[in-house]
Amino acid sequence: MEYYLSLFIRSVFIENMALAFFLGMCTFLAISKKIQAALGLGIAVIVVLTITVPVNNLIYTYLLADGALAWAGLPDVDLSFLGLLSYIGVIAAIVQIMEMFLDKYVPALYSALGVFLPLITVNCAIMGASLFMVERDYNLGESVVYGAGAGTGWALAIVALAGIREKMKYSDVPEGLRGLGITFITVGLMSLGFMSFGGIDL
Amino acid sequence: MSMKETLTGPVFNNNPIALQILGICSALAVTSSMKVTLVMCVSVIAVTAFSSMAVSSIRHHIPSSIRIIVQMVIIASLVIVVDQVLKAYFFTISKQLSVFVGLIITNCIVMGRAEGFAMKNGPIASFVDGVGNGLGYSVVLLFVAFFRELLGSGSLFGIQLLETVNNGGWYVPNGLMLLPPSAFFLIGFFIWALRAWKKEQVEEAEFKICSNTRTQEAV
Repeated sequence: MEYYLSLFIRSVFIENMALAFFLGMCTFLAISKKIQAALGLGIAVIVVLTITVPVNNLIYTYLLADGALAWAGLPDVDLSFLGLLSYIGVIAAIVQIMEMFLDKYVPALYSALGVFLPLITVNCAIMGASLFMVERDYNLGESVVYGAGAGTGWALAIVALAGIREKMKYSDVPEGLRGLGITFITVGLMSLGFMSFGGIDL
Repeated sequence: MSMKETLTGPVFNNNPIALQILGICSALAVTSSMKVTLVMCVSVIAVTAFSSMAVSSIRHHIPSSIRIIVQMVIIASLVIVVDQVLKAYFFTISKQLSVFVGLIITNCIVMGRAEGFAMKNGPIASFVDGVGNGLGYSVVLLFVAFFRELLGSGSLFGIQLLETVNNGGWYVPNGLMLLPPSAFFLIGFFIWALRAWKKEQVEEAEFKICSNTRTQEAV
């Protein structure tokens, strides 16, 4: 239990998806003007990550990895080069299924998240988490915790940035830096702040 | 729009990173040394150009309801090819790039150009547009990598230019430049410089302070 807890904390703070690995930056910068929208997107990312990482883990372990097809009588087959194609397929499919499921059974949540769900397919944080899961050889339990942690970290970062940007609307920024430029510098400072977690070894 | 405009427009006038906010995800993590960055840039240019061409040449046969999936499959297949080539011929660099080669799939530049340009234009124009946007991306990346490697470790492409103190030279390397946040600062400054040169890209302020406001009132 303790091991999973420290994996969770590590993926939220020390290996923060947005501020330490710069994943999901496009949506991170584009949808962070209002806290409300940022919160909606953050929750959608947590949900999608918690589902897709374990599913991709199962696909990798039982279908793609070297010798994984031994159960089907094909011990010499190595399909790991198909990884990229399968992960993105899984992600796109799961996002689509989630959209239909929410539309049918939880319409309130669907209308809150509606706009953001399709955006998530091309969010690099989702794909990145799956690739990191493969690179670090997580098992099923670890990948559930890692997915949830990575999502929470990303959500935390985007809500914090949205908060800062809402305050920053009223400040007098030099002309050329207005908008995107100052946002980049703010994110740089935030990422510097998150680096202070770097020395913690869990 | 002429071919030349299609090629050079995205480099400064309509830069994918500085103006369209596309493809930043992978732009930051791979820029701590020139060599790795160059490989990344070439990969992105190749994928963008060929995927735009492929999408454009079958654009009349793609039903619009499943076009995203079709584009995704084309892009993913091209990235797999690039990934395999890198693993075969540049193994150490592909290890350093780790997951970021795979993340070209979700790089919004590739998807954005396929959706925004290739679906409406012919294959050759799309190919040129892909190369142009790839170049626009590369300019920003190489700019960032140039400063990060030169100031962070005193070298370019792994060749020592400024002799560092550790090796008996005079240059004290700036450790911040090797850390991830410096990439954000450099891109921020790049945007500032670009917008100081091309005024029309400056964004409108949401709240203007009136011209005759006294300082006490404004705060």
